[in-house]
Amino acid sequence: MNTVISPVPALGPALPEIVLAIASLGLVLLGAIRGDGAKRLIDWIAILALVVAGFILLEGQGRVSTFNDAFVVDGFARAMKTLTIIGSIAAILMSSRFLTELKIARFEYTVLILLSTIGMMMMCSANELISLYLGVELQSLALYVVAAIHRDDAKSSEAGLKYFVLGALSSGMLLYGMSLVYGFTGSVTFPTIAKAVTGGHGSGVMIGLVFIVAGLAFKMSVVPFHMWTPDVYEGAPTPVAAFFATAPKMAAVAMTTRILIDAFLPIVKDWQPIIAFAAIASMVLGAFAAIAQSNIKRLMAYSSIGNMGYALVGLAAGTVQGVEGVVIFMTTYLAMTLGVFAVILAMQTGGKRVETVADLAGASRTSPALAFVMAALMFSLIGIPPLAGFFGKFYVFAAAIEAKLFVLAVIGIVASVVSAFYYLRLVKVMYFDAPAPAFQVAPLEIRGVMYAAAAFVIVFAVIANPIRTMAAAAAKSLF
Amino acid sequence: MVIGLSHYLVVAAMLFTLGAFGIFINRKNVIVILMSIELILLSVNINLVAFSTHLGDMTGQVFALLVLTVAAAEAAIGLAILVVYFRNRGTIAVEDINVMKG
Repeated sequence: MNTVISPVPALGPALPEIVLAIASLGLVLLGAIRGDGAKRLIDWIAILALVVAGFILLEGQGRVSTFNDAFVVDGFARAMKTLTIIGSIAAILMSSRFLTELKIARFEYTVLILLSTIGMMMMCSANELISLYLGVELQSLALYVVAAIHRDDAKSSEAGLKYFVLGALSSGMLLYGMSLVYGFTGSVTFPTIAKAVTGGHGSGVMIGLVFIVAGLAFKMSVVPFHMWTPDVYEGAPTPVAAFFATAPKMAAVAMTTRILIDAFLPIVKDWQPIIAFAAIASMVLGAFAAIAQSNIKRLMAYSSIGNMGYALVGLAAGTVQGVEGVVIFMTTYLAMTLGVFAVILAMQTGGKRVETVADLAGASRTSPALAFVMAALMFSLIGIPPLAGFFGKFYVFAAAIEAKLFVLAVIGIVASVVSAFYYLRLVKVMYFDAPAPAFQVAPLEIRGVMYAAAAFVIVFAVIANPIRTMAAAAAKSLF
Repeated sequence: MVIGLSHYLVVAAMLFTLGAFGIFINRKNVIVILMSIELILLSVNINLVAFSTHLGDMTGQVFALLVLTVAAAEAAIGLAILVVYFRNRGTIAVEDINVMKG
């Protein structure tokens, strides 16, 4: 038997991930030598590494793959990775002051965010089951620790424990589904799976597909696997919740889209009902369960469950337009969620953090800029034109209608109207209620994220065309 | 009797079900949940190796090795979080994990 020594694979396509991996290893060393005093420096180096990775990423053109086609970079991967990187940069930027106040400004936080970002970028690029699983686990293992980063706080460690148990269970389900799909199609790479399932498949593949979708639903926090979301958002420190609501969602939606389109598009009729059911359940639960919430972080948790439902509406269509809608929707969702969490981080009176709806009362008089930003974001989340949220919802619903999924689109619009109630309640509290104690002036970086998100949401109508062109190119690269 | 692929699959399915039920029905101890998670991952490994030999394809065994590695890391992180939790609350009973209610 002659041994075959395979040549070193091309590392170019994975260069952004490699840069981040080297940066995170270097930062662990720096942190170990200099201690937590170097947290500031480590934050800035991490942000720099993320920016550099982003630029390297956007330098590339067309579809390139490496590691025996296990890792692929195409337009879709680039778009979703860019969104992920933006979410991670914001998470590091917004955290530094908050963590210092809680006396948990440890350098590990930044390093863990970097490591989970590498995992998320793997998820966006994975073109086979093994690399997908490794990406998911790299992301999840770092996120479990980040959720429990406030280790002297009962709520934070409980959030970490809950997230760990449910996350590990979901990984197990994902993996069980993968093993069945591997066994019944004989391959782990997506294109080969797609070839194997074309023209009929046994029930083994179907059971595997259901398990995989269930595992992915956990990662996206989609009903019926959403129950960890509100508890983790409430228990984890606010910047961590902001991170959880943005970057991992981008990666989870990206990998779900890629596996369903690249590997299972030939059996779209089989997974369409599952995704449609999850979308309807998430939209309805997100609309109704948020009504009773008084904690804004919990409210945003239910809001994000609902928003993931809207993203799945586009995915359920299973068409180029649908994926295009998903990319546009996730872009607007990222901006709106980052903005709302920046507002929550700006809510501080007399050195105390507050996070209930009542604390916003009369904010239009005490801090008009904050109230205006929040109102713009709320109107955008409802989907009122010409704000960004309208375009996101418009494209996913248009794709659903084109794919003849009328029930899905109608339920989505009804859920959107119901959810307007709790978004408008926040606006009403801010503009018409008697003022609560005024907020302190927020730190520069928080205000920066706040205003940037509001500006994006308001001028989106102007830049909608170029973004749509980019999203269309990204979606086309998948088919 | 010849032990075939289906026997392995049935054992794996039973282990997976045991693990899943161990997480949902168990009302006592979080350590039991960690053991159930291991059970699920091991059932996946049985599946992968059985399919691998059945198909004559090495990919499944490579996958199983990677799953083993990740399972070890997962157990380490899970126990670490559990220790942190125990220091705060002084208990690891499942019914006491209720500071926040969903």
